[in-house]
Amino acid sequence: MTSPTTPNTPPKNHGQATLADGPVFETKIEQVGEHEMILNMGPQHPSTHGVLRVVLKLDGEVITEAVPDVGYLHRGLEKLSENRTYPMNIVLSDRNDYLSAMNNNWAFCLAVEKLLKVEIPSRAEFIRVIVGELNRIASHMVFYGTYGIDLGAFTPFLYSFGRDREEILDLFEEICGARITYNFIRVGGVMLDAPEGWIERVKAFVDRMAPRLVEYDKLLTLNPIFIDRNLGIGRLPAEKALALGLTGPNLRASGPALDLRKDHPYSVYKEFHFDVPVGKGGGDCYDRFMVRRQEITESLKIVRQACEKIPSGPVMGKVGRVYRPPAGEVFAQLEAPRGWLGSYLVSDGTERPYRHHIRAPSFINLQALSDLVKGLKVADTVAVLGSLDFVLGEVDR
Amino acid sequence: MTSGFDILHGLRRHKIVGGELFLTTVDFFVDWGRKSSIWPLTFGLACCAIEMMASFASKFDFDRMGVFPRPTPRQADLLIISGTVVKKMAPAVERLYQEMPSPRFVVSMGACSNCGGPYYDSYSVAKGVDKIIPVDVYIPGCPPRPEALYTAVQTLQEKIDAYWDAGKQILKPVPPSEEALKKINEAAISARGS
Ligand code: SF4
Repeated sequence: MTSPTTPNTPPKNHGQATLADGPVFETKIEQVGEHEMILNMGPQHPSTHGVLRVVLKLDGEVITEAVPDVGYLHRGLEKLSENRTYPMNIVLSDRNDYLSAMNNNWAFCLAVEKLLKVEIPSRAEFIRVIVGELNRIASHMVFYGTYGIDLGAFTPFLYSFGRDREEILDLFEEICGARITYNFIRVGGVMLDAPEGWIERVKAFVDRMAPRLVEYDKLLTLNPIFIDRNLGIGRLPAEKALALGLTGPNLRASGPALDLRKDHPYSVYKEFHFDVPVGKGGGDCYDRFMVRRQEITESLKIVRQACEKIPSGPVMGKVGRVYRPPAGEVFAQLEAPRGWLGSYLVSDGTERPYRHHIRAPSFINLQALSDLVKGLKVADTVAVLGSLDFVLGEVDR
Repeated sequence: MTSGFDILHGLRRHKIVGGELFLTTVDFFVDWGRKSSIWPLTFGLACCAIEMMASFASKFDFDRMGVFPRPTPRQADLLIISGTVVKKMAPAVERLYQEMPSPRFVVSMGACSNCGGPYYDSYSVAKGVDKIIPVDVYIPGCPPRPEALYTAVQTLQEKIDAYWDAGKQILKPVPPSEEALKKINEAAISARGS
């Protein structure tokens, strides 16, 4: 009934130009009913995993409407790409989904390689698989830790984020020198060969992880409070998930076993044996959690096989320092930890892309939020938000 | 009290009957407490926030310096700007800063919040958070390692210490006279009832 503006409207200083001036995008929920109130969540909220803002319409404690407001981290990545040469763009792709930078490097390079039609040496492909899967594990460990925090369990965070993920980051640091933003996978191969003994250390890490996963399950997966807060919350039927265009673990939790690594194997994924875990409980929060938890096991399997089969040889194909892909357009995608990460490039024959679009899985997965939280209690919103596991860098780009 | 306590300058220790007496000024004592319990706000912006989270986790464990994240600005002393501040986010950052009780400190973490970083030519990124709020410590890097954040916290502690040093000329703790100490001793004896 009252004014439709949301509570967090920034104060306007009249007449005075500030940095914040510019286009103002406001999320508005029109028409508040007699028993309804509006609750603002974010952009600074510990459980929105970054700077997402969600405006909730409540009837008592039940959510009747939820509108996510994105753009608080919009850095103009796609436009900036047009001003950067192709190698410079790999640097930007790191910062797109910063929890799995390796896979982002990879997706961009796949597209450019398709344009250039270069051949990748097979050792490089194996190193790519190893680092890509390790990054997937690291990303799921962040999910495991932060999801626990969201639902009130702090200790799992210290195990997964503080101990095991750091071991993966140490391995990455050894091979490329960076902890978060790697810029490691390059067009034509990888930046450097693995240092001496690195493959053995990766194997040792895989061996160490197996008993630790049992620990993970004891801490969180089988915790009765955790199960209570998850079972049956935020059910997403398979047809709905497909209709919304969801991909990755969020889709597989609802039933369909769609995984690009199996269905359209890119790189050398054909050579590995692994299963695609799917949800069995109708796509609720617990399924989304379990799919990721099981994917850690599967990724460890792939890493172990890759470590055993890795051939020797060069790690860089025949690509010049400066390359100008022939004019044309190309789309390449791969299975990132959050879903199908696609890179669409239009080249006009210069050393910069004419247009670069990213199919960001987080952004598309976020669409499910409004439907999922309708009818739930406010506390369950946190569970649903956490279980969708989006990264705001990728949502907003 | 352990003897580790009086290595801090500004604390005077006197032996009296039945124990020890510490004399200090309120300013020093408050600053000492303030610098040993810097509570940052749980506020992550972008990639740098992941490194900030790693700092609070078990390997780097900032708890040992008294740095413990708080979820609300009302309880926080420190705002770590960990990532890209875009123009849409800038008013919210400013508001968060205003919501924190004084004295408050700001650490600008990473190239983005220092000057725009890799997005120096972006149309939507604010080129430096210091255009909207005052910054105490800048950390270079993209992203800075947790060790760099550690150094930033230490720098901030030094800065808080320097507040005390600046005021020391006026607020020097005056040692008690012999007479005063005698009186305190007598009071201590009578209080024990012996
Ligand atoms: S400084 Fe680098 S790592 Fe930090 S937020 Fe900016 S782009 Fe990300």
